[in-house]
Formats: sequence, C-alpha cells, structure tokens
Amino acid sequence: MELISPNIGLVFWTTLTFLVLFLLLKKFAWPVILSTLKERETAIANALSAAEKAREEMKQLHADNEKLLREARMQCDEILRRGNEMRKEAIGKAQNEAQKEYDRLLENARLAIETEKKAAIVELQNEVAKLSIDIAEKILREEMKNKQQYDKLIEKSIQDITNNKL
Amino acid sequence: MFTRKTLSILMLMFVAFPLNASEPESDFNPGEMILNHILDSHEWHIATVGKTHISIPLPILLIHDGKFHAFMSSKFHHGHSDYRGFRLMLEGDYKGKIVAVNSQGNILPKLPIDLSITKNAFSLLFVASLLFFIFVNISKIYKRRGSGLPPTKFQNLIEPIILFVRDDIVKVAIPIKYVDRYLPYLLTLFFFILFCNLLGLVPFFPGGASVTGNVAVTLVLAMFTFVITTVSGNRTYFREIINTSGAPWWMKFPIPLLPAIEVIGVLTKPVVLMIRLFANIMAGHIIILGLISMIFILGNMSAIAGYGVSALSVGFTLFISLLELIVAFVQAFVFTLLTSFYIGMAKAEHH
Repeated sequence: MELISPNIGLVFWTTLTFLVLFLLLKKFAWPVILSTLKERETAIANALSAAEKAREEMKQLHADNEKLLREARMQCDEILRRGNEMRKEAIGKAQNEAQKEYDRLLENARLAIETEKKAAIVELQNEVAKLSIDIAEKILREEMKNKQQYDKLIEKSIQDITNNKL
Repeated sequence: MFTRKTLSILMLMFVAFPLNASEPESDFNPGEMILNHILDSHEWHIATVGKTHISIPLPILLIHDGKFHAFMSSKFHHGHSDYRGFRLMLEGDYKGKIVAVNSQGNILPKLPIDLSITKNAFSLLFVASLLFFIFVNISKIYKRRGSGLPPTKFQNLIEPIILFVRDDIVKVAIPIKYVDRYLPYLLTLFFFILFCNLLGLVPFFPGGASVTGNVAVTLVLAMFTFVITTVSGNRTYFREIINTSGAPWWMKFPIPLLPAIEVIGVLTKPVVLMIRLFANIMAGHIIILGLISMIFILGNMSAIAGYGVSALSVGFTLFISLLELIVAFVQAFVFTLLTSFYIGMAKAEHH
C-alpha cells in the first residue's frame, strides 16, 4: 500500500524542486540555447536559399551566354552569307561589264575595219582607174606606133581586166 | 569539466559525513529487500559490510505542533533510538515513517508533518542541480560561440535531444504559434524525467533511488500537466467538454452523460500519466532487484546453486538494464509527448 500512497514530504519537495528548476532554466538556460539554435537554423536556411539563388543565377547567366553565343554565331553566318552573295554579285557584275566592254570594243573595231575597207576599196578603185587610164594612155601611145600591136594590146588588156575583174 | 568537478565535490561532502554502524540483519528476505530499495527512506543505505550498515544520514525536517524540528537521520541510529520525542518506525503500520512519542515512549496519534530530505528528495535535488549546472553551462557555451561557430562536442551531445524534443514532440503536438511559450517547460520536463530515470539505473550513490518510480514524484509531474492544460484551455476546449459538438442532444440533456464522461476523461489523463511513469520505472527496478535476489535465494540453499545461477542472473540483469535504458528514454518521451498533446488539445482551434 505504501508503494501507491504519495508521501506529503516528497510531494512538497518535488513541487518545489521542479518548479525552481523550471524557473531557473527558463531564466538562465533555455532562451539563449533556443534562440541560438533558431538563429543557426535561420542562418543555414538563408545560406542554403542564397546558394540556390546563386545557382539559379548561374544557370540564367549560362543560358544568357548561350543565347548570346548563338546569336553571335547566327550573325556571323549571316555576314558571311551576305559577303558571299556580294562577292558573287560583284564578280557577276564585273564579268557582265567586261563582256559589254569587249562587245563594244569588238563592234568599234569591226566598224573601223569596215570603214577602212571601204576607204581602201575606194582608193583601189581610184588606183585602178588611174592604172586603167595609164594603160589606156600607154596603149594609145603604142597605137600610134603599131597598129597590130595596138590591137593585140587592147585585146590582152581586156583579157587581163576580164580575168582580174578589177 | 564542471560535472566532474561538481560530482567530486558532492562525493567529498558525503565522505566527510560520519558513517554509521549498526546491528546485523536477519535472514535474507527478497520481498523486504526489494521494497526497501524501491521505497523512500530517511537515510541512504550504501552497503552492509559484515554486520555493519554503511549509510549516509539525511536531514530530517519535521513540523509538529506548530514547531519546526531539523536534525540528521543518524540521530535515530537506524530507528533504534528516539530523538527529541520522535521515533523512526521499523515495524507495523507506520513502518518507515516518523512518529511522535511521549515521554513514556507511547506513540502519539497525531503524526508530525514529515518534510524530510529523504533519499528520493535528495536525488531530486541532485538531479535538479545537475540539470541546472549542465544547462546553464551549455547556455554559456551557446552565448560565447553564437550561432556562427560549429557546435562543440558538449553541445553536440545535448543539441540533438533538444532538437528532438522541439521538432518531434512539441512542434508535432502544439499549434506552431504556441510552441515557444511551452517549449521551456516541456524541455525541462523531458530532461528532468530522463535524468531521474537514468540516475535511477546507476546502482551506487548518488544514483539508485527510483525517483520517477515513486508515485509522489509522478503525481506532482502529472499535476503540473493537468494545471497547465487547464489554464491553457481556450473557449473551444471547455465548450467541447460541456457541450460536445456532433453528439445527439439526449446525451447531454437532461442527464449530462457526455459532459460527465468528458470530465472523467480530463481527470483520467494526468492519472494515466502518473501511473504509467511510476509503474514503468518501478517495475524495471523490481525486475533487476528480483534477478539479483535470485542469486541469494539459491545461494542460501546451496553455494553451488548460488554461483551457478549468478551467471544467468547477471546476464539477465544486464539485458534488463539495457532495456531499462531504452525505457528511461521512452518514458521521458511519452510523458513529454502526451503532455504536449494535452496542451495542444487545450489550444486547438475549433475545427
């Protein structure tokens, strides 16, 4: 029976001891311990979230870099492509112009040759005419000397002219 | 460290006390031996060497007829002599209690109020001072090192337990905005029960007293829980007791059946807390003492049987002691958890 009948003295001392212990610890121990623990937890949580943020930023930065690089590459490609085009165009144009110049020069040359040819023909005609006149003159002078010879000469001259056409 | 220092100072203090010798004991009686160990006593029996009892005397504080008496228990000479009209009873209804006697040596019907520092009371004070020194010291370390530096070994020893109580007991049971208010009490409660339990497992001085295995101690702790729960109760808590929602009206009127059940429930909670802790710790002590007694029971029959069973007994005692180590933690945990839940229920908002 004594096992389960609380002793008044012990009840008194337990109450007193426990209450005093609680008040002392509440005043001197728990606030510092608990607040430090909380502080540390907040610090760790903050550090973790900061690290997470930094990682996120790094990722963002990386993505930005990637994007910039891609854009740069695209621009580079574009510039190269345009350069190529321009080169082709320039070459084409130059070729065209050269052809035109060549054609023009050729035409000019042809015209000049034609003109020269015509002049030469005229000159030749004149020369032939002059030669004819000279021959005619010679014949006429021979005729005075020999009638037969004269005839033969005319004949030969005519033959020559006919053979030569000119 | 300070604990070692404190311990050695305390040890020295008691070594300085006079050690008392007394008369031999009769045949071995296991039931009596176990009860003597479990129950509270006015002196701290350490060992019996041959026919000499070695025990530490404890202060006797009595209030009788409006007068206060204080002296050491050694004055009773283990109950063999009266002192200042008081007698420590060894037999009968008042066994282990202090009674007042008149000049003829007859027991007076009126018992003195006994506020002695008994074995358990002394253990309580010891645990309380130990806890105070440990935690004040730890808080100093915390203050010095702040939250930036990594915890020291000493901090690492206690910190997980504090965090366990905070995160896995209190935060689970109590609404988050009240956690900070109740945490200091619940931490004190947890460590107090834990240290009392653990100290009870140490078989020699200053351990060995089954403080939490004493119904007076658990009664006080349970009363604290009851008072805190009742004082913390919000309107919902009391309304649910008087007028339980969701129950049919005839359960509450005209015979208040459900309110009566609710009130019984409220009163049962601390009683259950009290009995669970006390019974668990006491049972552990009884089992260990019983196993040890087996050696002497059989040893009284024959020496060979005594030696033979001793190996078995020691093995079992070791096993039960390890089990008690778990029980020490589990009971501290359960008491704190249930107290937290009761406070949590008292603080719960209407759902």
